[in-house]
Amino acid sequence: MTHDKLQFEVPSGVKKWSSIFMGIGLIALIGGYMVDHTEHHQYWWANILINGFFYFAVALGAMFFYALQYATEAAWSAMIKRVFEAMFQYIPVGIGILLLVLLAGQFHIHHLYHWMDPNVHDINHADYDAVIAEKKPYLSAWFFWLRMAIYALTFVYFSRKFREWSIQEDAVGGTELHFFQYRKGAVFLVFFAVFSSTMSWDVLMSIDTHWYSTMYGWYIFSGMWVSTMTFATLSIVWLKKLGYFPNVNDSHIHDLGKWMFAISMLWSYLWFCQYMLIWYSDIPEEVTYFKERYDHYMGMMWTIFFVNFAVPFYSLIARDAKRNTKFLVRAGVIIFVSHFFDFYLAVIPGTTHGHETFTGWFEMGLFIGFLGLFVRMFTTALTKANLIPIKHPFLDESTHHSI
Amino acid sequence: MANKVFHVMYDDDQKLMDAARALVSKGIRVKDVFSPFPVHGLDPVIGVKRTRLAIASFMYATTGTLLAIFGTWYFMIHDWPMNIGGKPSFSWIENAPAFVPVMFEFSVFCGAHGMALTYFLRNGTLPGMPASNPDPRTTDDKFVMEIVTEQNGGMSAAEIENLIKGTDVYELSIKEY
Repeated sequence: MTHDKLQFEVPSGVKKWSSIFMGIGLIALIGGYMVDHTEHHQYWWANILINGFFYFAVALGAMFFYALQYATEAAWSAMIKRVFEAMFQYIPVGIGILLLVLLAGQFHIHHLYHWMDPNVHDINHADYDAVIAEKKPYLSAWFFWLRMAIYALTFVYFSRKFREWSIQEDAVGGTELHFFQYRKGAVFLVFFAVFSSTMSWDVLMSIDTHWYSTMYGWYIFSGMWVSTMTFATLSIVWLKKLGYFPNVNDSHIHDLGKWMFAISMLWSYLWFCQYMLIWYSDIPEEVTYFKERYDHYMGMMWTIFFVNFAVPFYSLIARDAKRNTKFLVRAGVIIFVSHFFDFYLAVIPGTTHGHETFTGWFEMGLFIGFLGLFVRMFTTALTKANLIPIKHPFLDESTHHSI
Repeated sequence: MANKVFHVMYDDDQKLMDAARALVSKGIRVKDVFSPFPVHGLDPVIGVKRTRLAIASFMYATTGTLLAIFGTWYFMIHDWPMNIGGKPSFSWIENAPAFVPVMFEFSVFCGAHGMALTYFLRNGTLPGMPASNPDPRTTDDKFVMEIVTEQNGGMSAAEIENLIKGTDVYELSIKEY
């Protein structure tokens, strides 16, 4: 079986625009620091955290989906698996940026994390906070950094190894390496199941230290997954338009659209379940999270919810819509940006409590800057291996995918 | 000339598929196929249009949502205002989150039941309806293709019969009606 193009070449436009985007991001980074008047440049740091986490999450979601395809022995996605592989090549950089922000917090350069202040645990200090002090066993510096180190090592290890095995398979072929990856995919999913939850508590939920929700891990995970599927769909449609993936047919596009639709519904379901239970029971220690958002971000919160629910629901519910790339791309762009703002709203209220000024150019500039970095790393990684895993045992089945 | 109906039986789904492709390529219109299980890829070959059941289901579900909105408003706000959990605001919109589970469940209920009933009705398979399949063996392990002369105006019955005999037929019965 022959495929037209195995070697991907980055179009010069993408190189140019990703550089311009990174430049915009850098300008936003410097300009934002200068215009940010919150204490300790809290708002500036918070925005780096949002973007750092969001793009890391997109990459991590790609690795999760990749492992899921192996563990479930899914055949339809065999042809496009290199796209997900290229996405999770960002993981080492992504977690590096994230750790940088967290380190700055540990050294008290910013106070995004209230609990990182040792005074709140000191019963004799004026800043003593009984609720946070009770969480000391989990949120103590050594345990927090131990967890962070384990996350970083696990994720970087698997992102390297999955890539290595996959490229090895192109040379070796056969099924032995395939079943090896099948087992490793399952092993990764076990780690991911725990770490995706605990990491979302550590990095995002602990910002609102007084509050906790048992659904938070799932909520962040679904947001991560839908962003991943959206980015993957957009890039596959784009690659196909460039003339790559001649064998990606309507059925593959349909399936990707289904993923976007289904995980958007999962996210809406989890978001609403978390909200509705807290709203209904109306217990003071639980409502703090939504009180913060009601006070300063009411319009934004409901806009994000309705956009992330209604846009995929009404635009992608029909079969023909999922097979129409124009529809998919337009809905996808809205979903991707809107889910970025979902992460924005997970971080900002707990860090600046409405005292920041939303400039627009700073937030979007940083978002675009990170997008440039992500796309640059993604396209570069795509060139480093065959675009199609030529010796994947399921490749033939994937080529004849028809639903 | 009386109309004739051909009931062509095959004993394998692959033979049926090959026969359907061969006959359709010769310009024959297949009226229907009776099969014990769905044969993947047969629909486009014999020119069955895509089902509009999904659209019907969407409309049933939307009806369900609207009914649930009306119901929660009428029962809980308008007719006999309820005070549950200290939320007696006499306003539907302020209590809306509590009604979402009802709206969701009733949409699913109406969508699913409406879809199932429509399916049975459209197929003529509601309980008690007479069976329309020509041979009981199609519920076991045989496949029957139904071809009528009425739909194949350009060909004589003998021509059609000849073409049918060119395929891997298990049994052929021709009736006039």
